[in-house]
Amino acid sequence: MLEYTTIINNDYHYVINSIVQNFPCISIILSFLSGIFCAALKSKGAKKLCFFNLTVGFALSLATLIYCLKVGDYYIYMMGHFPAPFGNEIRVGVLEALMATSFTLVMMLSLMGGLKHIYHDVLPDKQEYYFLMMTLLYTSLIALIYTNDLFTAYVFVEINTLTACAIVMLKHSKETLVATARYLMMSLLGSGLFLIGISILYDITGHLLMSNIKEGVQNLVATGRYTFPLEMIICLFAIGLGIKSALYPFHSWLPDAHGQSTSASSAVLSGLVLKGYIILLIKLVYRVFGFNVINNSKVLNILFVFGILAMTIGSIKAINERDLKKMIAYSSVAQIGYIYMGIGLGNELGMVAACLQILVHAFTKPMLFNTAGAFMDTANGSRKFKDLKGAARKNMYAGIAFAVGAFSMIGIPLFGGFVVKYNLAIAALNNPSKAVIALLALIISTVLNAIYYVPALMVLFKKDDSTKKIVVIPDKKDLGFIISNGIFIICNFILGIMSSYFIKLIIDGLKVFS
Amino acid sequence: MNKIFKSLNDFVNGVQDEKENVHLKHKNKKHHEKVLTERIEDIVESGENKGFNKFYNVIAILLACVIIACMIYTVSFLPSFGDPTNPANNEVVQAYIENGIRDTGAVNFVAGMILNYRAFDTLGESTVLFIAATTVIILLFKHKTKEEEKAEQLEEAKYEDKHDLILRHGALIVVPATLVFGVYVLFNGHLSPGGGFSGGTIMGAALILYNSAFGDNSTKTFFNYGIHKVIKISALSFYALSQLYSFITGANLIESIIPNGIAGNLISSGLILPLNICVGFEVACTMFGFYSLFDREEI
Repeated sequence: MLEYTTIINNDYHYVINSIVQNFPCISIILSFLSGIFCAALKSKGAKKLCFFNLTVGFALSLATLIYCLKVGDYYIYMMGHFPAPFGNEIRVGVLEALMATSFTLVMMLSLMGGLKHIYHDVLPDKQEYYFLMMTLLYTSLIALIYTNDLFTAYVFVEINTLTACAIVMLKHSKETLVATARYLMMSLLGSGLFLIGISILYDITGHLLMSNIKEGVQNLVATGRYTFPLEMIICLFAIGLGIKSALYPFHSWLPDAHGQSTSASSAVLSGLVLKGYIILLIKLVYRVFGFNVINNSKVLNILFVFGILAMTIGSIKAINERDLKKMIAYSSVAQIGYIYMGIGLGNELGMVAACLQILVHAFTKPMLFNTAGAFMDTANGSRKFKDLKGAARKNMYAGIAFAVGAFSMIGIPLFGGFVVKYNLAIAALNNPSKAVIALLALIISTVLNAIYYVPALMVLFKKDDSTKKIVVIPDKKDLGFIISNGIFIICNFILGIMSSYFIKLIIDGLKVFS
Repeated sequence: MNKIFKSLNDFVNGVQDEKENVHLKHKNKKHHEKVLTERIEDIVESGENKGFNKFYNVIAILLACVIIACMIYTVSFLPSFGDPTNPANNEVVQAYIENGIRDTGAVNFVAGMILNYRAFDTLGESTVLFIAATTVIILLFKHKTKEEEKAEQLEEAKYEDKHDLILRHGALIVVPATLVFGVYVLFNGHLSPGGGFSGGTIMGAALILYNSAFGDNSTKTFFNYGIHKVIKISALSFYALSQLYSFITGANLIESIIPNGIAGNLISSGLILPLNICVGFEVACTMFGFYSLFDREEI
């Protein structure tokens, strides 16, 4: 007979000695509950419940982050009465808590900034479902961040896929239905490849818990068995998650899904949903295969090449775009390329830069999408640049926020984007075989970013002499929008100026991550 | 059935009319002004891209073949099925079999595994069902005014065949038996094969059969949108709350106050029986909801 208490007593990571350690589990179940109860409420009540849940979730994640920083080590939280691999568990460290805190903040701010558009774009009798989907999307994101089990990860990937499609679909128009169908197909293809990978991995290692799989994989590598299936599994995981996070050759669903949906949906989709899968990929790299196994396989080189292609071709597509929201969406493709390039460099510094880019992009892109929504109000809902002439002058708050976001994405010093590029360059110099290509790609992509963001700013800030009538009068006193953009701008400056603190946090987090 | 054909016909006609209009419109547009659907139409209409399409198809088929070959090659490496020395037959499986009854009180190991050992995953799975049902509601559900509802009922009365004696008498015999069997499978989930997912599916099938035999009005007397909502929400929230209790006591090493009971009794195995019932109701509601929404855009 197996005594579970011996397992728990042998590993001090299981010890619960502070009430704070319960907070991640409470925040996951609480958002489950509030998501379910949103279905019973009307639109106003669902909105209140959603924001209440996000506020509580933010406080709980922040407390967890502070606790983890104090302790400096990770801990394992049993989900139930049995320790893993028999039961489920979640694993909490500095990096997970940092990601959960910032994701909660970004979600809250993007909903706050796009609230007016949600009420405008979603049919009145279906608005409660919007908040339901957002709450469950948030649940799946934090569960993906905290989980330490591959199958649990798959279940939450499923929830993430369905809710993400639903929030695109909820804007009532023909285009969003087509975009949703494409998004759903591609996303399900990605989940399918991921699931096949999990089942083959279970077949050759016999485990679903990440730390146990790592032992099994190290064993297999040491004895030299199953080398081909292992390589295949890494490929399946990389491609599956690459499709879901819109890595370059698999990005075709992104511009329509992000460009057509309502501004809060676009903000959350590009700021958070894509990042959830990338965090899962980083988890796979560190916890399931181990950095060395991944480094020795050829897959990292492929991710590196795809990342560089995304950085350049995504930007070129954005230059050709005459549609503001689609331009920002293509810019997302390019920015995701930076993350994959950081992972593909195959050293610790590259990973740190990738994690930093996840944060910077999460705090910048939602702001750009929300301000794009505000600009569209000044042009009767048109997204075309020719109608948006002088839009920033009509809504100065949005103009300032867009300028900050654009400067950050171009990579001007003092803003978050610069720090990422600087760190990526340092990481590239540490990997001599890829240094030249990576640095060239960084330079080219920075120039290309400037080529589309600067003209966009010039058009938006141009004096508009024509006296077109505005039907939808921009609500200049939309307090939620102003506050959310203000906090986004502050966060951008914090990430840009106090970056060394965040880099230290990420390095500490990655140390206890594996 | 007739109604479905009719609406399908209307839909096709409407789309054709619209298509002609759109055609005239988007001939005058420039490329970057067109939406995605119009671009696709353009590509299909114009012959310019035919060469590219052929090339694209050939490449796609070749790529698919390569991937299939790789997959099959991978499978050839895998350990053979049923071999006792397989990596999957490890201490985890052994522990489930040896300690399953002591730990969970469930004679059915699968129920013990999905609802006690790995209850967090199953909470996620039932939420997937909830989300799927909600998504279909978002797509298809129509809030009807009373006048619309009346008009619809009149329309319905034309097509509803009230004298389908074989279906009605058959349903009278089959529906109660199916329902009872569903409840049996649900309540014996911890004792015999079955449980929430299978029992719920059987119950949902019984409801669907009842609905197609006796019509909407008689179904609505005991199962309407309000009741559907209440059952769904209360089942899932009970699940989440009980799991919150179980997770927090488990992680803090506090003994749960819910007794496991004597293995083999109907009322035993702690939380598994109520959770099975919750999952079952959730699945039945989702099944019937899908059918009803696709059939007539309401529940």
